[in-house]
Amino acid sequence: MYNLLIGGAAGQGIETTAAILEKFLKRSGYHVLTIRDFMSRVRGGHNFSLIRFGTEPIRSHSDRLDGIIALDDETVHEHRDQLNETGFILGDSKLSATDDRLIKVDMAGMAKELGNPRVSGIIAVGILLKMFGETLDGAEDVLGTFVKQQYLQINQKALEQGYAIAEKRYEHLDGKYSGWMLISGNHAVALGAVAAGLRFYSAYPMSPSTSILETLAALGDEAGVVVEQAEDEIAAINMAIGASYAGARAMTGTSGGGFSLMVEALGLSGMAEIPLVVIDVQRPGPVTGLPTRTEQSDLRFVISASQGEFPRMVIALRNQEDAFYQTMRAFHLAEAYQIPVILLSDQYLGDATATVEPFDPTRIRVADPASSYDGEDEYLRYRYSEDGISPRLIPGKTKHLVAIDSDEHDERGWITESAEVRTKMVDKRMKKIEGFRRELLEPDMIGPEDFDTLLLGWGSTWGPIAEAVRLLNQKGQGRYAALVFGDVYPLPQKLLKEKAAQAKRLINVEQNATGQLAGLIREETGIVCTDSVLKYDGRQISAEEIAARIRKEGAK
Amino acid sequence: MSTETFCTYETAWCPGCGNFMILECLKTALEQMGKEPSEVLVAAGIGQAAKTPQYINANAFCGLHGRALPAAVAAKMANEKLTVIVNTGDGDSYGEGGNHFIHNIRRNIDIAHFVHDNQIYGLTKGQASPTSVIGLVTGVQTDGNFNEPLNPALVAIACGAGFVARGFTGHKEQLISLMKQAIAYQGYALVDILQPCVSFNKTNTFAWYNARVYELDESYDRQNKAAAMQKALEFGDKIPIGVLYHEEKSTYHQKSEVLKQGVPLLDRKTDPALMKRLIASYI
Repeated sequence: MYNLLIGGAAGQGIETTAAILEKFLKRSGYHVLTIRDFMSRVRGGHNFSLIRFGTEPIRSHSDRLDGIIALDDETVHEHRDQLNETGFILGDSKLSATDDRLIKVDMAGMAKELGNPRVSGIIAVGILLKMFGETLDGAEDVLGTFVKQQYLQINQKALEQGYAIAEKRYEHLDGKYSGWMLISGNHAVALGAVAAGLRFYSAYPMSPSTSILETLAALGDEAGVVVEQAEDEIAAINMAIGASYAGARAMTGTSGGGFSLMVEALGLSGMAEIPLVVIDVQRPGPVTGLPTRTEQSDLRFVISASQGEFPRMVIALRNQEDAFYQTMRAFHLAEAYQIPVILLSDQYLGDATATVEPFDPTRIRVADPASSYDGEDEYLRYRYSEDGISPRLIPGKTKHLVAIDSDEHDERGWITESAEVRTKMVDKRMKKIEGFRRELLEPDMIGPEDFDTLLLGWGSTWGPIAEAVRLLNQKGQGRYAALVFGDVYPLPQKLLKEKAAQAKRLINVEQNATGQLAGLIREETGIVCTDSVLKYDGRQISAEEIAARIRKEGAK
Repeated sequence: MSTETFCTYETAWCPGCGNFMILECLKTALEQMGKEPSEVLVAAGIGQAAKTPQYINANAFCGLHGRALPAAVAAKMANEKLTVIVNTGDGDSYGEGGNHFIHNIRRNIDIAHFVHDNQIYGLTKGQASPTSVIGLVTGVQTDGNFNEPLNPALVAIACGAGFVARGFTGHKEQLISLMKQAIAYQGYALVDILQPCVSFNKTNTFAWYNARVYELDESYDRQNKAAAMQKALEFGDKIPIGVLYHEEKSTYHQKSEVLKQGVPLLDRKTDPALMKRLIASYI
C-alpha cells in the first residue's frame, strides 16, 4: 500500500493532477482513496490531496507518506516529517527546499518548452507512473476525461516526457479493481438521486455541497432533471417542496448554514406531508466556521430542527457506496412515508474519491406516490388511516383536488382549530414513525464477536474506525470492535443494546466537540459511553490517530 | 361571490374586506376562461389574503409566510399543464417574500401573481406593510411610518417583468379583465390589486382609492417601458389602474433545455441506459 501527497498553492492545479493520477492507478487495478484538504481561497495558501492505493480495500487515509509531490516549498516544509525514511519528494528545480529525499526535476522548464506552463503537473504524473512501474496504456482516454480536446495533445506529450526521464522505483502490484468506479461522496449522491428518479434539484451554492449541484447541472439536460440555482436556501427548499407537491421527485442540498435557513420549510414538509430529501454536507460551524473543512456537528441540530413535532428520518452517509444507495433509499422513505428525509454527509466524504463496485440502481426500490384511491368517496388528502399514511394524489393528474396547508388542517386540508381534529392529525402524522422504525437499518458491526471494547461512531468516520479496529487488534493489545451508524434518527437500538451489554468499555469516536452521538444514545437508551475520542479541528481523524489515542490515553 | 364551478365557502374575513371582491373576480375570471378546478393551482403564503386558496374550489397550496412564489413556480416547472396563480398579500409578497419577488420576475415562469395590496398588515392586526404610506400611525409605527413605501409596479417593471398591472377592487369589470389577461399571459404576470382594509387601514379607505384611481384608456401605449415606469410612479392624487406594461418575453419553460422538450417534468423517467452510461463514466 502506498500513500502519496500532492501539495501546493490554490490555483497550481493540484486537483487535476490528483484526479488524473488516481484514475490511472485505479485503472491499472489498484484500490484508491483520495482525500482533499484545501483552504477557502481561490489562489495561494496551502492545499493538498492524499492519494492512497494498494491491492486491498482502503477505507481510511493515512498520515504516513511514501511520497510527496511538492508544487511549492511550503509543501516540503509542512509534510516532510510525515515522510518515511525511504520515501521521496518530487519537486520542481525551482524549489529552494533541501532534503536528501528530494528529487528535483525542471518540470516548469519542460512545460514551458512544450508551450504551456500549466502542464507541469502532468509531467509529474508521467514521472510517478514510471516510478511505480505503470504503463501509459489508455492515457488518451484518461486525459480526455479531464482535459479539453484542444489541450489533449500537449498533455499527452507532457505525460510521455515525464515518463521518459524517470526511473522505475517500485514494482507494479496486480489489483482487481480496474473495472470498479472511482467516485466522490458528492458525485455518488448526485448519481443516487438521478437513479431514484430525481426530477428537480434546487440549491444555493455552498461549500462543501456545491459539487452535488454542479454534478446534477452537468447531467440534468440529458437526464431530464431541472436544476435550479435558487436566490437563497429558503427559496431552494420551498421550491423543492412545491415541485414535490406537484409530482416531481425533488431534493435540495446545502451545508449547515444553508440548512439553518431551511429549517422552517423542513417543518412544512413534515406538516403538509410532502416528500422531501435534503442533504446537509457538514462543515465546521458555528456560522461560517471553516468553510472547506470537515466536521460532524450538525446531528443534534438536524434531528430537532424546526418548531413543533413531526416525523423525520436522518441517515448519515458512511462511505461512497452509502452515498449512492442511501440517497436512493432516502427518496423511497420520503415518498413511502410522506416525510422529510435528511442525509448527513460532510466535506471529508463529499470530496473524497474512493474505489467502489459499480453501482446497481436496481438494488433499491423507490416507491411511487401512495395514490391508491378508488375515487368513490370524496378524496381526502389527509384521510385518517391505520398507518398514518394518506393517499397522495398529484394535482392536475385526476379530477380530484389536492389541498395542503401549513396550518393545522382537517382531512380535506382545510384550516381548522378543532381540538379533536388537532389531536387526531398529530397522532396520524406521528403514527408514521412506527412504520419507518421497522425499516431502520442497524449499524455496521466491525470486528470480532468476542470484543471487550466497543467503539461507536456514525457517518464518514466509518472508514477510519474500521481501519482503527484492525490496527488495534493487530497489535494484540485488546479485543476491539465497532458499531458505526448510518440510520441515526430514529436511532436503531437492537444491535446497540445487545453489543453494549457485552462491552467492558464503550468509546464514542466523533468529529465534534460534544459527543453528539453519545448524547443521543444516552438520551434514547440510557447507555453511557465510558470514554470518547473527539476531534474538531476541521481535519478528518485517521485510523492511526484513533488507535493511538485509544492506546495512549485510554481515550478521553 | 358564488360561481358554480369554483363554489362558495364561508370565509374568516371581516365584512367589507376587499378580499371578497378579489375572490369573486378570480372565480369569475377562471370560469369565463373555461378552466377546470383540477387544472388550477392557487398558492399562497400566510396572511388574510393568503387564505384565498381555502375559499375556492381548486388545488390549494397554503405554504409559508413569504414563500408562496418559490413553491408555486416550482409546481409550474413540475407540471406545466397546471394554471398556477399566487394570491397573497403585500406583506407576504413584498415584505417577507421580497427576495423571491425580485428573482421570480427574473425567472419569468408562466404564473399569475395577484397581490391583495391593502398597504397594511391585516392578520397581525395593523402594522405597516412595505407599501404603507408615509405618516401612517400604527401600534408599531407609533410616530407614523417614515420609511419610503415600495412601489411594486415600478420594481416589477425595473426587474424585467413582462406583464405589470394595477387594479382596484372598486372596478370589478376591469379587475376581472386584468386577471384574465394575466392568467393568459405567457410568463410571470403581476397584478397589484388595491383594496381597502376596513379594520386596520383608516387612511387608504375605499373612498380614498375611489377618489384617486382612473382607468388607463386605449390611447395609453402599454409597450413603452419608460412611459410605463412613469405611470407606475403615479401614486398620489391620481392613481392609474390597468395594464401598465406589456411585453412578450421568452418564458423559463421556453428557455430550459429540459422543459422546452414539451413533456411535463413529472411525466419523465430516468433512462436506465443513461444511468448505466453515467456509472460507467466513473470507471
